[in-house]
Amino acid sequence: MKFFKFLLAGTIFGIIMAQSEAMSWYRIQEMFRFQSFHMYGIIGTAVVLGALGVFLIKTFNVKDIHGEPIQFEPKERQWVKSILGGIIFGLGWALSGACPGPIVVNVGFGFTSMLIVLVFAVLGTFTYGVFRDKLPH
Amino acid sequence: MKDFLLQPWPWWFSGALIAVIMFMMLFFGKSFGFSSNLRTICAMTFGRKIKFFDFDWRENTWNLTFLVGAAIGGFISYAYMHGGSPVAISDATITDLAALGFTAPEGMQPSEVFGWENVLSLKGFMVLAVGGFLVGFGTRYAGGCTSGHAISGLSNLQLPSLVAVIGFFIGGLVMTHLLFPLIY
Repeated sequence: MKFFKFLLAGTIFGIIMAQSEAMSWYRIQEMFRFQSFHMYGIIGTAVVLGALGVFLIKTFNVKDIHGEPIQFEPKERQWVKSILGGIIFGLGWALSGACPGPIVVNVGFGFTSMLIVLVFAVLGTFTYGVFRDKLPH
Repeated sequence: MKDFLLQPWPWWFSGALIAVIMFMMLFFGKSFGFSSNLRTICAMTFGRKIKFFDFDWRENTWNLTFLVGAAIGGFISYAYMHGGSPVAISDATITDLAALGFTAPEGMQPSEVFGWENVLSLKGFMVLAVGGFLVGFGTRYAGGCTSGHAISGLSNLQLPSLVAVIGFFIGGLVMTHLLFPLIY
């Protein structure tokens, strides 16, 4: 049962992605055409509140459920992979209309053809793993 | 309140709850990042011979559980809440998409992209396959997706995350404005 809390968090996350329509291809198109504030509002609100909370966690040294101080793992400071990987991801995000979380939410919502996107996303990650040492980072 | 929750949610409510999810994961001693699951699935299945996937996938069971929850959440929204009512995108987007041959929204997703009658055509299949492949390849190359970089990374003021998110937008804008007119 130690995983139940993660199942619950994931379920709430799935409901948010669906109820906010962030899982919708239409909303992603609207975002990349700058024709609505909706997606920017969602991400912007999450980041502003997130940054405020992270600041407070660090300032007051907040502990997690196990009594350990909450740790933040810094992202690797590698710029080539950040920008190239980001661009490749963005091309796929607009083409499929979904990033990894919403791909799975869509399957649960009943869009079974998203399983194709999921299988090929796994293959894409696998291909990265195979060629990792040959790619510029 | 009940009506509010059953209708599509406004951006401020959705965004605030995403921050709550991120804090929940931190409080549980983990971090909020969805695409690591793709790597874990490789480690579970056919990836074991590759160094990048040679780790004990069981240590990420918590995140796979989160993934299963995400699908359950999608089902709950479909069955009891949102129900797949037409997405109220802007008139400007409807006009732009009509020029590419898309009808106005009749539900959560366009049948032109996700309906099986279109998916089973060569072009329809390729759109989903190539789209998925780029998402999976790009997210691991960049070191995160929308949750790991845009939400967790930017909240922690990580410069690499800002660079990655700028990349997300360069890619998305190129696909939408330059490549969509060639594809559709």
